[in-house]
Amino acid sequence: MSNIPVDRKYSRTHEWVSLNDDGTVTVGISDSAQEQLGDMVFVEVPEVGQNLDATEACAVVESVKAASDVYAPVSGEITAVNEGLTDSPETVNQDAYGAGWIFRMQPADASELDTLMDAEAYESFLASEAH
Amino acid sequence: MGSMTPLYEEHLAAGGKLVDFAGWDMPIHYGSQIEEHHTVRNAAGMFDVSHMTVVDLSGDRVRDYLRYLLANDVSRLESSGKALYSCMLNESGGIIDDLIVYYIKNDFFRMVVNAGTRARDLAWLEQQAAAYAVTVTERPDLAMVAIQGPAARDRVLEVLAAGARSVAGSLRPFFGAFAGDWFIARTGYTGEDGFEIILPNEAVVAFWQQLRTAGVRPVGLGARDTLRLEAGMNLYGSDMDESFTPLESALGWTVAWEPPERDFIGRSALEKQRHEGVRDKLVGLLLEGKGVLRNHQKVVVGDDGQGEITSGSFSPTLQRAIGFARVPQQTGATCEVEIRGKLLPARVVKPPFVRNGAAQIEL
Repeated sequence: MSNIPVDRKYSRTHEWVSLNDDGTVTVGISDSAQEQLGDMVFVEVPEVGQNLDATEACAVVESVKAASDVYAPVSGEITAVNEGLTDSPETVNQDAYGAGWIFRMQPADASELDTLMDAEAYESFLASEAH
Repeated sequence: MGSMTPLYEEHLAAGGKLVDFAGWDMPIHYGSQIEEHHTVRNAAGMFDVSHMTVVDLSGDRVRDYLRYLLANDVSRLESSGKALYSCMLNESGGIIDDLIVYYIKNDFFRMVVNAGTRARDLAWLEQQAAAYAVTVTERPDLAMVAIQGPAARDRVLEVLAAGARSVAGSLRPFFGAFAGDWFIARTGYTGEDGFEIILPNEAVVAFWQQLRTAGVRPVGLGARDTLRLEAGMNLYGSDMDESFTPLESALGWTVAWEPPERDFIGRSALEKQRHEGVRDKLVGLLLEGKGVLRNHQKVVVGDDGQGEITSGSFSPTLQRAIGFARVPQQTGATCEVEIRGKLLPARVVKPPFVRNGAAQIEL
């Protein structure tokens, strides 16, 4: 059973979104997603300053098994990226919800966060996807 | 639910993630494919390869049979226990399978063929056996474990009973021998030293457990693939199939042209191809930058040449993407690979990429 912390929200493309005190959000991929992909070998992070629409592909996580796009969960501007993943892509596998964060962004419209799933909804979503 | 080897429960107990492989439920990894790969390069890992097909061949004319059946020549096997890697061809020179055959006695050879080609291989072996009065006996009563890595021999020798230990300890590379009804061979598919042991189904669980207790790590099919690719070894079904000859698959070295009087199935087709010029070749590729090579990616050669990745992956030992590709014969030192819409530069290299843990190519 994969880990789904309740302190954050989730997208239908398996990103997790955590709201920070300063209004920015931190984004990574869920434990379920990293487990499906297997051992990561490369992570391509977005550029700081990049402006994105919600659901736009902005990063790539690549494992031996497959390469997978990571999508902006909400519209906004990239404010920070996790450079450490360049040398240690396996951090995404080892700590998907913590040190494995991929980027931070300043949302353009905070209400877009309401369209994301909470932990319970994401759990049901995963169960339904499995069939 | 596919077929299960006798080690099925052991795989579950070790945390194996089971997937379908040629109709068998096999572990792709036990938690980390990359860590399992490193364990084989640095210590000792073991693979359940019981899904492979063991066939015993017997009869007074079995040597003649094999000299006709196989593109390589069993006459090269002068000492009992010596192994030969060979392709088995159809009349057009296409590869039905690649296999290892062990010379045991003049009227008894043992062959190991791939799991995916079992039915095709057995039918072909039977069909060809009639003219030589050879008996073809599949051995589904036998399981097989491969233990590989710089520490593999030591671990196996610690675990084996005295008689088997003595047999195994004196094996030279690429030789096998019987210890009771166990067959121990110093062969492998990883580029490391070690053994492949064929033993009765009833004995394999205990043996696997003893090896685990001795510190040998279970390793899945995912790491098996990255290990054999680094070692420059072909995978049937990816790097070649029945529509390709050994000359197009970097396996020309396994074809024994001498003596010219030895006819073998596919010989005339191969000679014709050799005479006319082989259109494509199988080469090793190293991706210059970041990324992972994957099967079927398009390879662009010069202005108008095109090829395809046959086996692509990421080399955990080299930390670079490597692969095999079938490309036009005239391909030189470089080419490009189309990855997610971009043409990325790659270098043509001669495998193996890694041997005994060390890089064999310039990075």
